Amino acid sequence: MENLTVGAAAEWIRSVILLILGNELLTDVVMKFVGLGACIGVILTAAIVLTYAERKVCAFMQVRLGPNRVGGRFGLLQPIADMLKLMSKEDIIPDGCDRIVWALSPMLLFVPSALIYGLFPFDEGVVFADVNVGVFLLLAISSQSVLPFLMGGYASNSKYAFIGGMRTVAQMLSYEAPMVFSLLGVVMITGSMRMTDIVAAQAENVWFVLLQPIAFIIFIISATAETNRTPFDLVEDESEIVAGPFAEYSGMRWALFFLAEYANLLSISILTTTFFLGGWHGPFLPGVFWFWMKVLFMVFVFMWFRWTFPRTRIDQMLSFSWKVLLPLALVNMMFTGIGVYVWRSMM
Amino acid sequence: MNELLKLVHGVVNWGMDTAESMNAGVLIDASVFYALMWVSVLAALGVVLCRNVVHSALLLTASFIGVGCLYIYMDSPFIGAVQFLVYGGAVAILIVMALMLTRRDDMAHSNLSRSLFCQAGAAVISGAFFLCISVASLMTQFREMSAELGDSVTGLADMMLTKYILPFEVAAVLLLIAMIGALVIAKGAHES
Repeated sequence: MENLTVGAAAEWIRSVILLILGNELLTDVVMKFVGLGACIGVILTAAIVLTYAERKVCAFMQVRLGPNRVGGRFGLLQPIADMLKLMSKEDIIPDGCDRIVWALSPMLLFVPSALIYGLFPFDEGVVFADVNVGVFLLLAISSQSVLPFLMGGYASNSKYAFIGGMRTVAQMLSYEAPMVFSLLGVVMITGSMRMTDIVAAQAENVWFVLLQPIAFIIFIISATAETNRTPFDLVEDESEIVAGPFAEYSGMRWALFFLAEYANLLSISILTTTFFLGGWHGPFLPGVFWFWMKVLFMVFVFMWFRWTFPRTRIDQMLSFSWKVLLPLALVNMMFTGIGVYVWRSMM
Repeated sequence: MNELLKLVHGVVNWGMDTAESMNAGVLIDASVFYALMWVSVLAALGVVLCRNVVHSALLLTASFIGVGCLYIYMDSPFIGAVQFLVYGGAVAILIVMALMLTRRDDMAHSNLSRSLFCQAGAAVISGAFFLCISVASLMTQFREMSAELGDSVTGLADMMLTKYILPFEVAAVLLLIAMIGALVIAKGAHES
């Protein structure tokens, strides 16, 4: 059991590289790249696993079978077939589009989604960059994914794409506020913005989902909206605006939007786990098992939302954020402040 | 196998020694800094030179983000994050939205510089501004803040809510005024 941690695996890889290269400094440099590769690997694996999972979860909720042709009874090779299909599709460039901005949009969208994986604590001591303002930097980086959507919407030279881009901005900016304020409760209790400190604080006491239930619910709702998933997928609303900002993309460019979407789905699940469900801590099993069990459970919860709730209207959705979630988050923050003050003066 | 490993070790050690003798660490540090700097500067230049005003706004964002990366590179992730959140996030989106929503004619030639007189005026004003900034930054005695702030954000929060409470509150009041002003303007529009 002791050897089944990610840290032990990293040590083993390091010793192999050290044996080959025979130089400590260069090995450290190479290990940084191994870390980067591991983060990218997690994202790409997630994209493959989650597309399959989403189809299956959706199918079972609608009493269907889901993919069952490619790769045996359970359709296990369906993601591979999807990938081959997307790669072999024609790359259609719409007439009159703003070529450079249009081509940059899907690539730039993927950058912030991938970048925040460097801040997640996956296991004991397994975090690429343990920054002292981790939570804040994380929110700052993830806020950068708004502009690429708007770029795609504007550059496609299409009404639907443009409306989708505008909706993205309205939606993501509105839901960022309650999300930030719900996380502040967690930060106030911990007294630190470092991600590993937040995980450690939950190991010492209780999971923050018990101390901050309102913040947990606000965070889940606004995270669903931030990743543009149903019931808040007004951005890519098929019945109203075709596919929003991705309406004019095809093939691999379109796939990049979905790669970013699944990277975001996994990262909000990881964030929920880290902030509210105790991160990688758990009894008996090694940390990394607990981590992925909690994360995959949260992924399932987000998929469950998607196939349970009907889509909201854009104006309802925005007023819900500003008139319900944000005041609730502020009140929660105030009570957390009072609670922390009373607790500290009692100690 | 052992021979091969020895050969690789030899090559690696020779490479590392050469790199050390050429001060590779300093060189890499400087080249990352200059790469980020040139990204910011060239993007800022593009803001002025682009014909399409939306491209200008997007390049302005690139410049903001380049500066944010510089802050992070210089070991102040907090300032970098603020730069990302406020400039790369809020300000950039505000500018791009305003441009996209207000301009109706052809976007391809929307950033035309007017007359030579205007250009000369802009050059003089920005030159004077640049001069002021350079003089101010050269005259200022920069202090080492890290010891005072410590490793954590707690130090920063203490400073903001004790010693620098007045500027902090003034900034808050300014933002409140801007928000109320925006509300008043938006309320004035006739909704049909």
